Amino acid sequence: MSKRIVLEESAGYNQNVIEYIHRASATGLYEIRGMGAKRHLPNFDDLVFLAGSASRYPLEGYREKCTTKTILGTRFAKKPIELAMPITIAGMSFGALSANVKEALGRAATEVGTSTTTGDGGMTLEERQSSKTLVYQCLPSRYGFNPDDLRKADAIELVIGQGAKPGGGGMLLGQKVTQRVAGMRTLPVGVDQRSACRHPDWTGPDDLAIKVKELREITDWEKPIYIKIGATRTFNDVKLAVHAGADVIVVDGMQGGTAATQTVFIEHVGIPTLAALRQAVDALEDMNMRGKVQLIISGGIRTGADVAKALAMGADAVAIGQGILYSLGCNSSSYVQNGQHLDASADYEKLGTAPGYCHHCQTGKCPVGVTTQDEILEQRLEPLVGAKRVKNYLKTLNMELTTVARACGKSNVHHLEREDLVALTIEAAAMAKIPLAGTSWIPGHTL
Amino acid sequence: MESLDLHKISVRELNQYLHKELPGKGVDKIEILNPDGAHNIAAGMDCPVDIDIRGHGGYYIGGMNKHANITVHGNVGWGVAENMMSGFVRVKGFASESAGATGHGGTLIIEGDASLRCGISMKGIDIIVGGNIGNFSAFMAQAGRLVVCGNAGDGLGDSLYEAVIYVRGKIKSLGADAREEPMTDADYEAVKELLDRAGFKHDPNEFKRVASAKSLYNWNADANQEY
Repeated sequence: MSKRIVLEESAGYNQNVIEYIHRASATGLYEIRGMGAKRHLPNFDDLVFLAGSASRYPLEGYREKCTTKTILGTRFAKKPIELAMPITIAGMSFGALSANVKEALGRAATEVGTSTTTGDGGMTLEERQSSKTLVYQCLPSRYGFNPDDLRKADAIELVIGQGAKPGGGGMLLGQKVTQRVAGMRTLPVGVDQRSACRHPDWTGPDDLAIKVKELREITDWEKPIYIKIGATRTFNDVKLAVHAGADVIVVDGMQGGTAATQTVFIEHVGIPTLAALRQAVDALEDMNMRGKVQLIISGGIRTGADVAKALAMGADAVAIGQGILYSLGCNSSSYVQNGQHLDASADYEKLGTAPGYCHHCQTGKCPVGVTTQDEILEQRLEPLVGAKRVKNYLKTLNMELTTVARACGKSNVHHLEREDLVALTIEAAAMAKIPLAGTSWIPGHTL
Repeated sequence: MESLDLHKISVRELNQYLHKELPGKGVDKIEILNPDGAHNIAAGMDCPVDIDIRGHGGYYIGGMNKHANITVHGNVGWGVAENMMSGFVRVKGFASESAGATGHGGTLIIEGDASLRCGISMKGIDIIVGGNIGNFSAFMAQAGRLVVCGNAGDGLGDSLYEAVIYVRGKIKSLGADAREEPMTDADYEAVKELLDRAGFKHDPNEFKRVASAKSLYNWNADANQEY
């Protein structure tokens, strides 16, 4: 009789952990990678809607109107932003993404009536020309930041932190710091670019209030000013952002993506989007600022259901980054060039990964041409092809959103409310402060 | 010359006038009275005009300036001429933190001392300080020149990129990756030209040069955080 081999994996030292230890031991390096947290976290899938029935009236799915119009920046700005849907494209830099991708995002956003956002590295001509509504980020590095582009922007987003790496600055490894990227950022070509984690000209919340006013003064109080925070002490941070004079607050949960960050940051710093959203809404309600200061939530928003749940919990809009990249073809086995589908599997293999698993944005060798500055690879994402895919994705999310809203009896997606939701897990119930399905129990709040 | 009195109008009204009504009006000299430490005075200028601020300013005086020639007849708070693109900002007194932060171009002159983080993340601006500068000045400075006629505090030029610092007095300590380098003829010429621009009478031979050793340009796993 042959000897039986028992393969019992350790929970604590599973294959991933063993691989991590082997890798660290062999290289003496921590891992830097792209995208967001891969670990399981309580998320919007852990909530479901209580749609209309005898006690609530639903609306007819395809006949009765359900508006998705979204207005951002009503607190102080002379020219608030009006969007056709509450789904926006999150800030992603030229440098992390190619110019073709930035153009594709601008085109798609314009076609569906939403906004897109610059990133660390400044505003490209391509994205300004293709975007009807463009949000211009003011980041700690201030790479490429200038008053001309500030005035060309439709809104300004002062970035304090990012969900993938709250407390950390950005990175762009040398292989992506090409002549054009370096020129825009005033850096030598090929350096491993480290962005600062703190702003250079203000520190605490009182300084921030003056900084916000400076940006308003420079733009003559016309443009909405967003403040973006990475989700950590969200309740307090949102209050401070309100105090600083934000028109709009963007909260980015820990599922948010990045172009390049240490894995230890991505997986172990920050709080899940679900918890952050509820803390943010509580802070606004505590200050009686709900509806006066708009709230955008980001970090792992993937589907129309996610959007609907975020709105029901109290967000005014969502921002999507990774979902948009997937929509462009990220992690697809093929890309479309000159009308032909071409196989990219070999290029994934060269990176040591495969479609569906790739998070190698930091290498600049994106097999489908999304997160690259390589002259050959960037041609794999044609702006018109990318724009069509992103437009389809955003339209789908919006249709799903209105489908759910109508089922809940809402003629306006912004009328979705917490009462429409229940939680499927105790963790989600506690974080979102939504009762566990079939009960009135909110752990930590009701008995 | 036109006089604008901040006892009579708000900073917001002042700036809107400077941005929207002044260009093309034919006024080439503006005097701002009673600033009383107000923030954001003359932020976002975008036309060639001489502006004299008669007193102390608060934060972000001349922030993001383009083209204007601004003189502050007093002290200023944080971030004077932050992110300046072009033009000229002169502070007759002292400047608080982050003077000239992230500036892309133009000239910032501080006749007195400048506090912490002077020239942080500068991207091409020339900054000339008549007195001393505080700790962590020129942190992550990317391009441009910082001339210090007095002494420099701790951590000067930490994580420098391509910016160059000239110091006449003592340097308390250098930051990571910053190093003293021999002055070349081009450096002496540069210092002379910058001192002349500022109207400071010093001998360029008294200055030393600090620039990046460039050892942080690419990751070094063996550095073990010991920069």
